[in-house]
Order: sequence, then structure tokens, then C-alpha cells
Amino acid sequence: MADTHAVATGHSTDHSPHLRHHFDDMDQQFDSATFGMWVFLLTEIMFFGGMFGAYTVYRNMYPEAFASTSAYMNPLYGALNTAVLIVSSLSMALAVRAAHLGQQKALQICLLITMFFGICFLVIKGFEYHEHWVDMKVPLFGGHWNYSEAPQFAHQAQILFCFYFFMTGFHAVHMLVGLGIMTTIFMMARKGTFSPTYYTPVEVSGLYWHFVDIVWIFLFPLLYLIGHTRHLV
Amino acid sequence: MHSVTPVRTYVLIWVVLTIMTFVTYGVAQIDLGPFNIVIALAIAAFKMTLVIWFFMHVRTDSPLTKLFVFAGFFWMAILFVFTLGDYVSRAWMPGGKFW
Amino acid sequence: MSTVLQDPQTTETPNYLNAEYGWKSWLLTTDHKRIALLYLISISVMFALGGVFAMLIRVELLTPEGDLVNSDTYNKLFTMHGVVMVFFFLVPSIPATLGNFLIPMMIGAKDLAFPRINLLSWYIYVAGALFAIAAIVMGGVDTGWTFYTPFSSTYSNTFVITAAVGVFISGFSSITTGLNFIVTIHKMRAPGMTWGRLPLFVWANYATSLIQVLGTPVVAITLALLALERGFHIGIFDPAIGGDPILFQHMFWFYSHPAVYIMILPGMGVISEVVPCFSRKGIFGYSFIAASSLGIAIVGFLVWGHHLFVTGMSMYAGLYFSLLSMLVAVPSAIKVFNWTATMYRGSISYATPMLYAFGFIGLFTIGGLTGLFLATLGVDVHLTDTYFVIAHFHYVMVGGMVVAYLGGLHFWWPKITGRMYPEGWGKFSALLVFVGFNVTFFPQFITGYLGQPRRYHAYAPEFQVLNVMSTAGASILALGYIIPLIYFIWSLRYGKPAGNNPWGATGLEWTTQSPPTTFNFDVTPIVTEEAYAYAKHEEAHVG
Ligand SMILES: [Cu+2]
Repeated sequence: MADTHAVATGHSTDHSPHLRHHFDDMDQQFDSATFGMWVFLLTEIMFFGGMFGAYTVYRNMYPEAFASTSAYMNPLYGALNTAVLIVSSLSMALAVRAAHLGQQKALQICLLITMFFGICFLVIKGFEYHEHWVDMKVPLFGGHWNYSEAPQFAHQAQILFCFYFFMTGFHAVHMLVGLGIMTTIFMMARKGTFSPTYYTPVEVSGLYWHFVDIVWIFLFPLLYLIGHTRHLV
Repeated sequence: MHSVTPVRTYVLIWVVLTIMTFVTYGVAQIDLGPFNIVIALAIAAFKMTLVIWFFMHVRTDSPLTKLFVFAGFFWMAILFVFTLGDYVSRAWMPGGKFW
Repeated sequence: MSTVLQDPQTTETPNYLNAEYGWKSWLLTTDHKRIALLYLISISVMFALGGVFAMLIRVELLTPEGDLVNSDTYNKLFTMHGVVMVFFFLVPSIPATLGNFLIPMMIGAKDLAFPRINLLSWYIYVAGALFAIAAIVMGGVDTGWTFYTPFSSTYSNTFVITAAVGVFISGFSSITTGLNFIVTIHKMRAPGMTWGRLPLFVWANYATSLIQVLGTPVVAITLALLALERGFHIGIFDPAIGGDPILFQHMFWFYSHPAVYIMILPGMGVISEVVPCFSRKGIFGYSFIAASSLGIAIVGFLVWGHHLFVTGMSMYAGLYFSLLSMLVAVPSAIKVFNWTATMYRGSISYATPMLYAFGFIGLFTIGGLTGLFLATLGVDVHLTDTYFVIAHFHYVMVGGMVVAYLGGLHFWWPKITGRMYPEGWGKFSALLVFVGFNVTFFPQFITGYLGQPRRYHAYAPEFQVLNVMSTAGASILALGYIIPLIYFIWSLRYGKPAGNNPWGATGLEWTTQSPPTTFNFDVTPIVTEEAYAYAKHEEAHVG
């Protein structure tokens, strides 16, 4: 903390080229970046929290209608996607570890594995959406909607399906953003940007990726499992 | 300053997470009445804790990070408890009911 | 603007204003001080826009009949006044301008932790503002600034989605600013700048940032749901298929009540700086004021239901929301008492910023106490949607925040520009603002109590005298805003050079050159004393 930078020179020469002028050292920069990511994840918690809250209100209001939508869902899709995301999270954690230890090859491989499973998730989700479309379970514009499974709940189930698409849709958008970030990180890794003293971007994007995984960990039971046996309080 | 977690730990956590996914899927096939939801959410919370604690290595992070993680869930709880407080207690009002 | 700032006579020494020239050096800057000025200009434009709507409203209300505009236009006027003022002026006001400028300097840092995100937040703000302006230009919005469903989702025929998208986008500028402040305050403090030595302005902005980070995402998701509901008729807020419109109000106010504290806490921070400086005394109860900022940020999240008392929300929920709303008065009162105690036996000088501080303390106290009336369940049933509510929150938002904002601008203007504003005109316009404000809004307490409802372009003839008073006061208030605008611009060229510390104030920002250099400090400062050590400094001066 004691070092003093001359006003005009942005970088002092004895520092890493990745140190931005307004930080004292790499540690402060790393701490700020990861803490900044955590604060951002705080906003993400509230963002999804608002969605989960609204969803909980309706779930609590219309338990039977809700049970009927859960019964329609195929939990195998959900379980498979959960497993897929957990693998991608593991490889992400290993990617951060590799970056920290300066293992360039392992870092790149782990990032590719992460991206591969991320894409798998979206492909599976796409198949599932397609199935909903075929089954007339897409109640946008009040159209493409048929709820002959439990016609007495048609209205309320419509709201719940909207929540389903809203929540999984926002999650999928986060996955897409995550894949974009991973592509960037992979390119940087290939250029050899990262070293044990500078791997902040890997660390920070890892936190984001894990968070998106956590959201799905909750979406899975909430949308697929609860009420699956149609006997809800 | 940043400690390195062994690969073994990460893999172990992954194994536990995968097993828990199967468990929650299996339990959901059995009708346990109100306990289905309790178990499903408890397992999800457990999995989340593992991911946060180990994969996101909050375990080795500063108390500040821990505090902020806690704050996130605390504020979400405020939103849930106070909003649902209205919806649940509407039914208690004389002649009151949901929409 | 840039021509004024390029004037070689402004200052001879290198500083952040003459470090680089040309529009690119402004639009691509990452210097927190330049970004603060970008924000200052943009929110001033929005303030003027919102002010025009306010004046049109007041002119319409000169007569009891709805003669100037029809009711549809009137609905649009008050909606656009509210949307522009709340989301595009009040929320960013002090944090994005004074906060952006001062927080790094006050804690002894060269910049915010994420300078590029700081610039990004300004661009996000501008994008959001453009959407709002687009909604206005295309024909306006008429839902009220609260966008209540099901009117906004089903029945309104105006540009609700465009306006909601604007608010949604600007929310992210608020989030990124808050995030930047939190990380900066945690990680970038100079050696010796402990939490117990942080200026109270920094504490206040820290608490504000917490609210921005925790609350704004919820209103974003709420507006997203609203837009989907309106665009795709998904039914989430539509009672016809089982949706609950009150859920929208819950989620909206989960953010928008704490947002009131986003709008007032930074103002309290300004007052905590101004009062000790012009009383030549250390602040009374430093730790209480700091803790009460956090207290307000936390308890402020527990009270939103007081906006829903008459909606059909459960009366049991009404009970706890009412009780908790009363509780917010405690930290607010702590601040007022401590400021007053600071002034007690101080050697008070009546400089312009101090006049604004006096105004703030009085007006905020009235605004806060009338809030307690509204938090009381039974009284609220009588007062809901009357002018009493309008008067109440304008006492907090205008009498509180805008007055504090003006006070802060005057206080730090010498630091920001290196020039003094004309003191006589400053005092005169501070007086105009105070008088004009009270003449405008005090009568509304009375008409509201007597039952004049808000949001109507016509009213019962017996309210005319008080409404004419309101309109007259609004004209005085407008003059009180225009005069500073003129002399601030005038002072850029003709103001007396201010020197580094014209007020003899404590605080790291006053140890720097005026205007500061690009990286604020040539040498990272080391802090060795508590904030507001005025007693010590006075002694040294005398001895
Ligand atoms: Cu409120």
C-alpha cells in the first residue's frame, strides 16, 4: 500500500501488465474483482428471487392446478439436465484450479468440457421445449394452449406454464451468456493470457457459471418434482 | 494467499451432488404427502450449499464474502416471508379468501 | 459545455478538466470525476423535463375545472412527471454525481474499483432515458409512475412497454453504480481510513448502494413480468384467469419503498458533511449516524406493505407493515437529533450550503413525521390517494433530497470546478427554494386532509385558493432552481478561484487540488485522524 504512483504514468514498470493503474497491487485487484462478482451475484439472487417469490405465491394459491402441471412434466429431462450441469460445474471448478496452478493445457480442456456440457444442457432443453410445443403447452397470446389433462385447471395452469417458460427461459439466457463468457475465456487461455498471478477472469466467470448451476438445482425440484405424484397438500 | 483444493475433493463433491440428484428424483416418485416438498427442497438446499462452499470456494473466502452470500439469501427470505405473510393470512380474515 | 471547460483561463495547473480535450475524451473517459459531470448534465436535463411536466400540472390546477388539458393528457402529465423525476433524476441524483465524484477522493483512492463499468453505467442510464423520452414523444404513458396492474397490463392504450423498458434499463445503471461503490468502499480505502473514520457521506452512499443492489433486481423482474403480461397476455396479473394484480404491487414496492431511501440517504450524507463544517464542530454521535444509515437500509426493506393498506391485502399483513413502518422513524430521528446536537453551541456560519442544510432538516422532519400519519392503518384509509400523500412524499423527495442535492452541489462546487459561485445569489436562491417549496406543498397537506384526491385534473371549487397558492409557490420554486443554473454556468468562467479548501473543511477531498488531478492524489494519503476533527483544527488555527 505504501508505494506511490507518479500521476502521469498509468502503470509502473515493476508490476504485472495486467495491473490497472488505480489498484495498488494484484492482490487488491483480484480481491476487488471477485468481491465485485459476488455483489453482482447478490443482484442475481434477488433477480431470480423475485421470480421464485411470485411463483411461490401462485403455487401456494393453486396447489391442485400446480400438481397437475408437475404431473405433466417429464422429470427425466430435468434430472438429466441437472446431472449435465453438475458435470459442467465440476469441470469449471477444475478449470479455475488449473488456471491457478498455471496448467495451460488442463485449463483449456476443462473449459471445453464445461462448454460442451453447457451446450448439451441447452440442446436437451430445446428438445423439451419442442415437446411442449407439440403438446400445446405454450400459452402465449392465449393461443397454442390445450389442457385436456385437467380442464378444470386450464386457466390456472396457464399461469403456471407461463412461469415455467419465464423461469427456464431466463435461466437459458443466463446459460447463453455463460457460454459467451466461456468462449472469451477460452480464447484468452489459448493466447496464454493467464498465469498463477493473473487468472482473475477465469475465477470470476467460474463464480457466474456455478451460480447459474445453482439456479437450476432449485428449478429442477420446483418445476418437475414437487407434486409429481399428484397428492399435494 | 489462495489455497488450492485437491482434485479429489472436487470429484468427491461431484459424486455427492450426482447421487443427491438421483435420490431427489427417486424420492419424488414415492408419495410422501407434504414431505415430498420438504425433502425436495432440503436436498436442493444441500446441493446448493455444496456448490457454494466448495466449487465457489466460499469455504476459504473472507468473512466478508460469507456475509454477502448470507445477505443475499436473507433478503430473498424477507421478500418471501413478508409477501407470503399477506397471502397466507388473507384466508384468516373474516370472509376473506384468495382472488 | 466543452468550450467552457476548454477555456485556458479556467486553471493553469493540470487537472482532470484540462488533462484531455475533445468530445472523445469525455465520452470514453473512465475518470470518475468526468463521469460524474456526464451524469450531472444528463440528470439536469431530465430534471428540467420532469419540471416542465410539473409546471403544466400546476397550471392546469389553477382552476377547479379541467380546462387546460383533458383528463387523458393530465394522466400522462403526472405519469411522466413521476417516471422522469423518480427513475431518471432522484434515484441517480446524488450517488451518480456527487457520490461518483467524491467517494474515491474521500477514501483516498485514485478511482472507483471498476472505472469502465462506471462509464458503462452512464451509457445504460442514457439508453434507459432515451426509451423513456421515446415513450413520451410517441404519445406518453398514463398509468401513474407505479405502473399498477391490471390497468397497465390490460386497459391502458399508451406506451407502457416502452416506458417500462426504459425504467428496466436504467435500473441496471443504478445496480452497477451501487456495485462499484460497495466494492470501492470495501477494497480501495487508503491506509488508516478505517470504517470508523469514513466520512458519513460515504457511509450513507454505502447503505444506498446496498439498497440499489438488493432491491433493483426485483423491480426489474416485476417490470419484465408486466411487459410480458401486456405483450403476450400470459395472465400473471389478470384476475380473469386467476392472476393477482396485488402481487404486482407487492413486488413493485419491495423495491420502490426502499428506493425512497435510495433517494434520501445520500441527501442525509450530504447534510452530515455540511453541518459540522459550518458549525466548526465535530459531528455529534458519529457512530449513531453511521449505524442509522445501515439501519434505514435494512428496516426500509420490511415496510413496503404500507402502500397496500387499502388494496385487499390481508389486514394481518397490514398490522406488521404498519408497525414496522413506524420503526423506520427511529433511525431517521437519530440523524435529525444528532445534526441538531452538532449545531448546538457551534459557531455557525450561514453560508449557502448551510442554509440548504437548515432547509433539509426542517422539511425532512415534516416529511418524515407525516409519513407516520400514513403508516397508521386507520388514518391511511382516510388519506390514501389524497393530496396529503403528495405533500408527504414531496416533503421528503424535494424538501429532502433535492434540497440536499443543491446544498451538496454548492458545498463541493469549488472542488468540482475550482471556482466559487456568487454567495449572495446563492443565499437568495436557497431562500427562494425554501419559501417556494413550502408555499407549494404545505397547502396540499390541507387539501389532502380535506379530501382532494390525487391524479384528477378537476377538483371541487372550495379547494381553489389553496391550489392557486400551490401554483404560485411552484413558480417561486422554479425560479429558485433557475437562478443557480445560471450562476453555476456563469461561475465556470467568472467565478473567483476557489483555492483547495475554501470552507476550511476536513476530509481527504479537501486536501487535493481544486479541481483535482486525474488520479486525485499524487501520493496515496495516510489517514491518521477521525472524520470531522474540526475542534482539533480550530485549536491549531488559533494557537
Ligand atoms: Cu413507502
